[in-house]
Amino acid sequence: MKIILRVFRFDPSVDEAPYYRNYSVQAEPYERVLDCLNRIKWEQDGTLAYRMSCAHGVCGSDAMKINGRCALACQKLVRDCEADLILVEPLPSFTVLKDLIVDLNPFFDKVNFVHPFLYAGTPPEKERLQSPEERKKMGESIRCILCACCTAACPVVNENENFLGPAPLVQAFRRIFDSRDTQKIERLDQLDVEDGVWACLNHYECTRVCPKEIPVTKYINTIKREIKKILGPSPE
Amino acid sequence: MELQFDALVVGSGLAGLRAALEIPEGLKVGLVSKVFPTRSHSGAAQGGIGAALSNEEPDSWEWHMYDTVKGGDYLTDQDAAETLAMDAARAVYELEHMGVPFNRTAEGKIAQRAFGGHTRNYGEGPVKRSCYAADRTGRVVLDTLFGKALEKKIHIFSEVYMIDLIIEKGHAAGIVTYDLATGAVEIVRARAVLIATGGFGRVYKTNSNCFSNTGDGVYLCFRNGTPLEDMEFVQFHPTGIYPLGVLVSEAARGEGGILKNGLGYRFMPDYAPTLKDLAPRDVVSRAIDTEIRQGRGVNGRDYVHLDLTGLGADKIEEKLSDISSFARIYLGVDSATEPIPVTPTCHYMMGGIPTDLNGRVLDKHGKPIIGLYAAGEAACVSVHGANRLGTNSLLDLVVFGRRAGISIAHDEKNLHLSDISRDIVNELTSKINAIKRSKGPKPASLRARIRQIMTDCCSVFRNNDDMEKGLEQILSIKEQYRSVSIDNKADKFNTDLLDAIELESLLGLAEVILVSAIARTESRGAHYREDYPQRDDHNWLKHTMVTAGSDGLEISFKPVKITKFEPKARTF
Ligand SMILES: Cc1cc2nc3c(=O)[nH]c(=O)nc-3n(C[C@H](O)[C@H](O)[C@H](O)COP(=O)(O)OP(=O)(O)OC[C@H]3O[C@@H](n4cnc5c(N)ncnc54)[C@H](O)[C@@H]3O)c2cc1C
Ligand code: SF4
Ligand code: SF4
Ligand code: FES
Repeated sequence: MKIILRVFRFDPSVDEAPYYRNYSVQAEPYERVLDCLNRIKWEQDGTLAYRMSCAHGVCGSDAMKINGRCALACQKLVRDCEADLILVEPLPSFTVLKDLIVDLNPFFDKVNFVHPFLYAGTPPEKERLQSPEERKKMGESIRCILCACCTAACPVVNENENFLGPAPLVQAFRRIFDSRDTQKIERLDQLDVEDGVWACLNHYECTRVCPKEIPVTKYINTIKREIKKILGPSPE
Repeated sequence: MELQFDALVVGSGLAGLRAALEIPEGLKVGLVSKVFPTRSHSGAAQGGIGAALSNEEPDSWEWHMYDTVKGGDYLTDQDAAETLAMDAARAVYELEHMGVPFNRTAEGKIAQRAFGGHTRNYGEGPVKRSCYAADRTGRVVLDTLFGKALEKKIHIFSEVYMIDLIIEKGHAAGIVTYDLATGAVEIVRARAVLIATGGFGRVYKTNSNCFSNTGDGVYLCFRNGTPLEDMEFVQFHPTGIYPLGVLVSEAARGEGGILKNGLGYRFMPDYAPTLKDLAPRDVVSRAIDTEIRQGRGVNGRDYVHLDLTGLGADKIEEKLSDISSFARIYLGVDSATEPIPVTPTCHYMMGGIPTDLNGRVLDKHGKPIIGLYAAGEAACVSVHGANRLGTNSLLDLVVFGRRAGISIAHDEKNLHLSDISRDIVNELTSKINAIKRSKGPKPASLRARIRQIMTDCCSVFRNNDDMEKGLEQILSIKEQYRSVSIDNKADKFNTDLLDAIELESLLGLAEVILVSAIARTESRGAHYREDYPQRDDHNWLKHTMVTAGSDGLEISFKPVKITKFEPKARTF
């Protein structure tokens, strides 16, 4: 079938303002939006810039806004796009560097802020023991691929650039509920601030867009409850 | 501004990260990667990492070593297999200590499951040896090592491409980089350079690899005079989702999935009576292609079925949820109730840059090139021989990645910084400008042809005539590549240009694969010659080495190291 991709274009060093360009591509219903973008870049217009690598939803490179929704281009099929016009735009909330490529450094800085690694004392000779039940507490958080869809889609992030945002909170969740980690209190304490976990207003946008089906909002609320339980009611 | 490091690691997959973590404080380490580290292909690994922990049932490292050697059809260097198997338990415990969220047994130990070619008591039957975190083991190991690299504050340069490697008078001197964001071409000097740039499955049309797996590091070593070892051994994984090639891990069969042909018949017991669906990958891929060639594909088409319906929805959800989501998203198939259409997909390169057991790159005389190291899929230790077993790659990355890091720390006193002339920057810049000015063919059209040729003539089954024809076509594309052209003339985020540059790697490597495969007139492991269907230990129990010489490619051979296990007929 023939479809039209309406693609956001912007090169800040040349263009005064962003614009949209329509490309007509031949695509099968079972193909990915990423396949369409590749066809444009390879066959029609090599100036189009976007990131991609794994092409099957495991590396997190090709997050963008497709028909108004944050998603991975490699996980969105043509047949799931309803109309035969597909609108492709960069992730919101981030600075556009070129076309669909945004500056994710502020995102990674916030991920780093929560110390996304295990703190634990001297290990035994073999593995540390962890029961399957304890392991399950980390839940789906280990599926996160740092694609930034959730953060980009969050209405609070959009208004308050200081809010940590959902992805770093998922990373924090993974360590807070890892029975092997020794910094639980410090981690909770770090999030127990206005722009930490409390800025989240339960919009559920993050959960709706997460391509790895992580129940992001639920995890944020679990952190909130854990803070109340362990650190007591927060000052505000 | 020119950067300089004590140790420069190129590639931030598991091999590169693990090596970088081993280099002691006090040495300045730089990590260069064309993708952000957590986007590296290691993150796609699903099934697990092998180690004889005996957490689920009795196991031993000797059995693991034996399986690795036999799985590799006796081309495996046995000192390397011994190192790998003996160090496996330590390596996996270390990953656990660093924070990898492995699945657990009821007693809280690391859970293990069965995988192709891994057996108890020297081939008696499958053994549970793969340590796993659901079906996203690579993802969580990559996250964990990346977290450690953050903790260690290693300098990371993301979206920076190595476009050349500088070897001066037998010493590695540094690399030349291209910065995606700015288009700047720079020299980075280093006392030690480690190549950990991964595999190059992108040479084939249907493959399980990410777009960045174009083998640049392997190719640049080759272009600069190092030999490449055993390049004819290309692994086709039996179960790529049809027609995309997206992988369904062997874990699916380890957990109880079975293969069925178009008649609904379970065919693997006919080919491998003991291990059945869990035979090594070369055996299963050939079996699938044989079924398809003999007209027993599903609906007469070129795929068979992988049936997980016996596992139950709960087990699939708990242990194979990514895989079941791939089937659902890309095919609309519910793997709990319907079979998944699968076909062999190019997956892994056994061959690569020859190294010793400590990551030192060897020249064609077997002597280390001072200051040059390699690890991971880019390297050929050779621990996988003619066919890699599942779960042995992740293990290879952390075992030999670490050893390469230790070597750098050890050799460091004798390594010095060399001068690199700016001429190389001018030369590469003119080359880039020439591509931008050219009016010739586009990278995508040439690339599509290379991949089709390789798929047609050098896949699961091969023969001399087809490969000779293929080689001729590759050489003619190489000629056309000289005038390759692109639309994008910009400096910033010019991925069009990088496509053209990566194409040179793909072309060069396709040629080496073909030349190696044509030379080897026997069948062994993943290299199956229709015109020479038998293994021939008398003439071919040796590694193929291909070097770029002044008048074309030179082929030489290197003996296989055999210590514990004499070559035997390989039955499963
Ligand atoms: C789908 C899939 C599933 C797998 N599952 C398993 C499994 O369960 N168990 C197992 O043992 N193995 C598995 N494998 C194999 C294994 O994952 C790979 O062999 C392994 O991850 C390779 O790791 P690496 O560190 O060598 O390279 P990679 O992880 O591929 O990383 C390569 C790095 O090099 C960088 N790079 C490349 N070229 C350049 C350049 N020119 N300049 C700068 N940087 C560059 C990239 O940015 C990247 O950081 C699987 C493979 C696939 C494809
Ligand atoms: S639930 Fe919280 S984090 Fe998620 S989108 Fe809403 S406000 Fe943002
Ligand atoms: S939580 Fe989901 S949406 Fe957010 S970064 Fe991780 S994978 Fe992406
Ligand atoms: S390209 Fe890797 S997630 Fe889409």
